[in-house]
Amino acid sequence: MDTAVPVQVVYQRPESFTDTPTKYCPGCTHGVAHRLVAEVIDEMGLRETTIGVAPVGCSVYAYNYFDLDFVEAAHGRAPAMATGIKRLLPNRTVFTYQGDGDLASIGMAEIMHAAGRGENITVIFINNAIYGMTGGQMAPTTLPGQKTTSSPNGRDVEIAGFPIRMAEALSTMEGAGYIVRRSLHDPKNIRLAKKAIRMAFETQKRGLGFSMVELLSSCPTNWGVTPKDALKWIEDHMVPVYPLNDFKISPELAGIKV
Amino acid sequence: MPRELLEGNLAMAEAAIRAGCQAYFGYPITPQTEVLEWMSKRMPELGRVFLQAESEVAAINMVYGAACTGARVMSSSSSPGVSLMMEGLSYIHGTQLPVVLIDVMRGGPGLGNIAPAQSDYNQIVHGGGHGDYHNIVLTPSSVQEAIDLTVLAFDLAQKYCTVAVVMADGSIGQMMEPAELPPMRPVEFPQYDWATTGAVGRERRILTSIYLNPPEEEAINIKLLENWNRIEQNEIRYREYYLDDAEIVVVGFGTAGRVALSAVRTARAEGIPVGLLRPVTVNPFPTQQIRELTKTAKAFLVTEMNTGQMLDDVQRAVGRQVPVEFYGRMGGIVPFPDEILAEIRRVAKEPLQLDTNPRYSWLERLNLIRN
Repeated sequence: MDTAVPVQVVYQRPESFTDTPTKYCPGCTHGVAHRLVAEVIDEMGLRETTIGVAPVGCSVYAYNYFDLDFVEAAHGRAPAMATGIKRLLPNRTVFTYQGDGDLASIGMAEIMHAAGRGENITVIFINNAIYGMTGGQMAPTTLPGQKTTSSPNGRDVEIAGFPIRMAEALSTMEGAGYIVRRSLHDPKNIRLAKKAIRMAFETQKRGLGFSMVELLSSCPTNWGVTPKDALKWIEDHMVPVYPLNDFKISPELAGIKV
Repeated sequence: MPRELLEGNLAMAEAAIRAGCQAYFGYPITPQTEVLEWMSKRMPELGRVFLQAESEVAAINMVYGAACTGARVMSSSSSPGVSLMMEGLSYIHGTQLPVVLIDVMRGGPGLGNIAPAQSDYNQIVHGGGHGDYHNIVLTPSSVQEAIDLTVLAFDLAQKYCTVAVVMADGSIGQMMEPAELPPMRPVEFPQYDWATTGAVGRERRILTSIYLNPPEEEAINIKLLENWNRIEQNEIRYREYYLDDAEIVVVGFGTAGRVALSAVRTARAEGIPVGLLRPVTVNPFPTQQIRELTKTAKAFLVTEMNTGQMLDDVQRAVGRQVPVEFYGRMGGIVPFPDEILAEIRRVAKEPLQLDTNPRYSWLERLNLIRN
């Protein structure tokens, strides 16, 4: 008896991805974040008209994975570089992909002013509470008490101060059109993250100003835990400090369904 | 175009516009702020990009991004601001992009002051940023030359896909002189096979300065050096004055060269066989031309508005055949022609020594003047 089952593709590589094998650590959520961005660019038909700006950090080689025009910025300067591109090519989609050391530490001035100007770019911000590429040092986003190679006894807020909440800070900027925080620790939250990334690119498409999606991400290697425990750690420890929320959504975005 | 009475900063800004500058990113700093102000008025009315950045760091990185699109882009600043741009310049070289920068130098180090100086020579000519790279460095000595060299800077930056710096000083930026602006060129978006403009119907393009694999990074260094060798072979520019029979050769660039010319003319009237070589490009440096002069010259006198930053390059060119003397003023002081004339007279009269550091005796003489 023939039991011909019609072929249904349920999972494939996004067109906006290259064939480059991943070099991220096992269990790292950079790969998930990359994929969500690529899926959104595919769905919006933006592959040929998007220019990405890669940061310094683990995602310094982000451009190896995306089949788009891409440039590589100096540490923290991606929003300035994106500004230069967007001002010359206002009809192109321009996004930066930055980690927490890049965006919240050395690049604080550039990100705040890009938002303040209402620069019509999209920022994907990976917050994993640590410096990954240099081997696990304290980041501005490191949690109080969190042990890193440069806070071996745990982050002492008396000495090293407090974690910086970028989504909240950027939401105070009048030039910002869409500022939210999402997490990549489970399928439900990954789906919500993708919707947010779509909304951020829709914000840019409609010229509604600066858009940023902060994504709570895991770093099993430098946290010194298994990939599975790392996802649990996001949920248990990061989400209470970095609440998942919509911090600013331009009223013009209200009617948009994605 | 008719000659007009123009301020140097404004003239350089307008010259950049007429040379087809499509975008300007900058930050206010004296004594170059008029460049930024002029751009803020003119660029938008021409439908071009002007943006005041939050810092020089951001400004040069905006320029970096804008240059990735292939557009003709620039920034301008003054010494402390240019220091902040060094990181960006290194990245721009590492990515091999065409960029123009105007540096209107002021007194330093540190916050220094806002008076004219030439103390950025080393940071602009011999590095500043990390890694092996070379800026093309053009040094105007008048408002007219500032205009002409600004236009040339855009053409050279584009021709060699590199950074061309117009290194003026505060007096060139601030003074007014009659000068002629060039005609307005039509703005055309240059089409390059490397520009990241969106991968419409073509392979993606990547612009980066990271090459983790050392042999690849070495290849980039070789490519940069080969490009620089071509620049050295083709783009050395200088002006000669009264050098045919000169026994004393004064070497000075920019304002110091201009002041020296007045002194040389007076000395000639006194019968002293003196001439002036004024480098217009201090990078590439007219090394061979200076070396050629050692065959006939009995002494060189280098004059600068710093402690002898170009002096080292002149000494390298001259070698040990002929004495090289030095006279400089610093901290925002422009030397008077009389000071340089006195030096020319001294060099013409006094027995000079080879193999001594000319800075020692110069400091002794300078202290006599200052006290």
